[in-house]
Amino acid sequence: MCLSIPGKLTSIIAQLDDTFRIGKVSFGGIMREVNLAMVPEAKIGDYVLVHVGVAIGTIDEEEAHKTLEYLKKTGELEEELKGAPGE
Amino acid sequence: MKHLTEYRDTALVEEYLQQLRAITTRPWTIMEICGGQTHSLVRNGILDMLPGNITMVHGPGCPVCVTPLGIIDEAIELASRPQVILCSFGDMLRVPGSVRSLLEVKATGGDVRIVYSPLEAVKIAKDNPDREVVFFAVGFETTAPANALAVIQADKMQLKNFSVLASHVLVPPAMEAILSDPECKINGFLAAGHVCTIMGIEEYYPIAEKYKIPIVVTGFEPVDLLQGILMTVQQLENGVHKVENQYTRVVLREGNLAAQKAIQAVFEVSDRSWRGIGMIPQSGYEVKESYSHYSARQKFKLDLQSTQEHSVCISGSIMKGLKKPHDCPAFGKTCKPEHPLGAPMVSSEGACAAYYQYKSSTETVPLA
Ligand code: SF4
Repeated sequence: MCLSIPGKLTSIIAQLDDTFRIGKVSFGGIMREVNLAMVPEAKIGDYVLVHVGVAIGTIDEEEAHKTLEYLKKTGELEEELKGAPGE
Repeated sequence: MKHLTEYRDTALVEEYLQQLRAITTRPWTIMEICGGQTHSLVRNGILDMLPGNITMVHGPGCPVCVTPLGIIDEAIELASRPQVILCSFGDMLRVPGSVRSLLEVKATGGDVRIVYSPLEAVKIAKDNPDREVVFFAVGFETTAPANALAVIQADKMQLKNFSVLASHVLVPPAMEAILSDPECKINGFLAAGHVCTIMGIEEYYPIAEKYKIPIVVTGFEPVDLLQGILMTVQQLENGVHKVENQYTRVVLREGNLAAQKAIQAVFEVSDRSWRGIGMIPQSGYEVKESYSHYSARQKFKLDLQSTQEHSVCISGSIMKGLKKPHDCPAFGKTCKPEHPLGAPMVSSEGACAAYYQYKSSTETVPLA
């Protein structure tokens, strides 16, 4: 539960106020809802770093891919997203 | 032994290892703080690849491991109440309390639900207006913004049936507590990358200066860890002690200001007792007075009882870097992941569970 995993912000599905946004994020194809309140700068297409359902930072696309590949290989991606709310 | 080809960048791994071998002239003991880093070091066999005179010891950065027995007992007490739905990260369920675990409460009819995010617990509260929903808010600085956000969201939705049982811990005060121990043999620290994503790195400068110790902010993938170790050893061999950032692709010097703002809105720094280590002043977060109606401790008038740890467990010495898991007489014998005697055998980020699971070959691991 300590890991933060990168994913691609594909859409904004709710905007409660200026900062309280909720988006859909693809983690190498696995879609999850993510709270975007901590990354006001993030736009659709950006890669965000997600920890327990909340985006805590943005990250470069190439680096995000390398990390995702590593997490997939070790099985930690699914492990970390287990029990996460689906699409 | 792991194959180097499994890594993100084989050539880089080999280069870092070569450089490490070339520059290391003396024995050094380095502590990684974060349990995610411990897990990665052990599962990827990095401990076996390092030069023999570099010893990695495994710090207290596993929230499951350091949540005090008294708070586990509070969670168990709440979960046993019929009106309560206790929501928790899955890892906390098997942690032994003084009599039983949350999993055992669940098995005997307690409503304990595993959630991936604290925000799910808020949704459960909205969907169950006639029940009291308590989120077991454990974690380090990385998790604090999400837990703060859950309280802020519940407040926006004017939910009266949501509260958090806070057991938040902070890394820098724990580093100081470890360094102040007269038996401490740690020469350098790998600071936890994702903690610094939130908090930035400013807090580490006074510690590096005061204790004359290198601190390198490091990621959790094998290449990150090896580079972090190399940067630490370079400093040690050159007799310097600086704060450096290996994880620049993720960590900014000032951290994430929006996240810090959310934390400050909901939490205040408080004294906190760490399982196995004991009380560390100003080392945790408690819910602020202005949000006290979202604090389960206030709402249910919980009163922390002093409790007794299993006497054989040496998790405190392990997390202070004084001992290794196989130094514990119970390791792999009476203490196993299926029936843990101490918290570090529960979570895969705990040092004992990581050693048990991946049986690091350089260690003399007695397996029953
Ligand atoms: S092996 Fe078990 S009893 Fe020993 S220190 Fe680790 S958790 Fe505690």
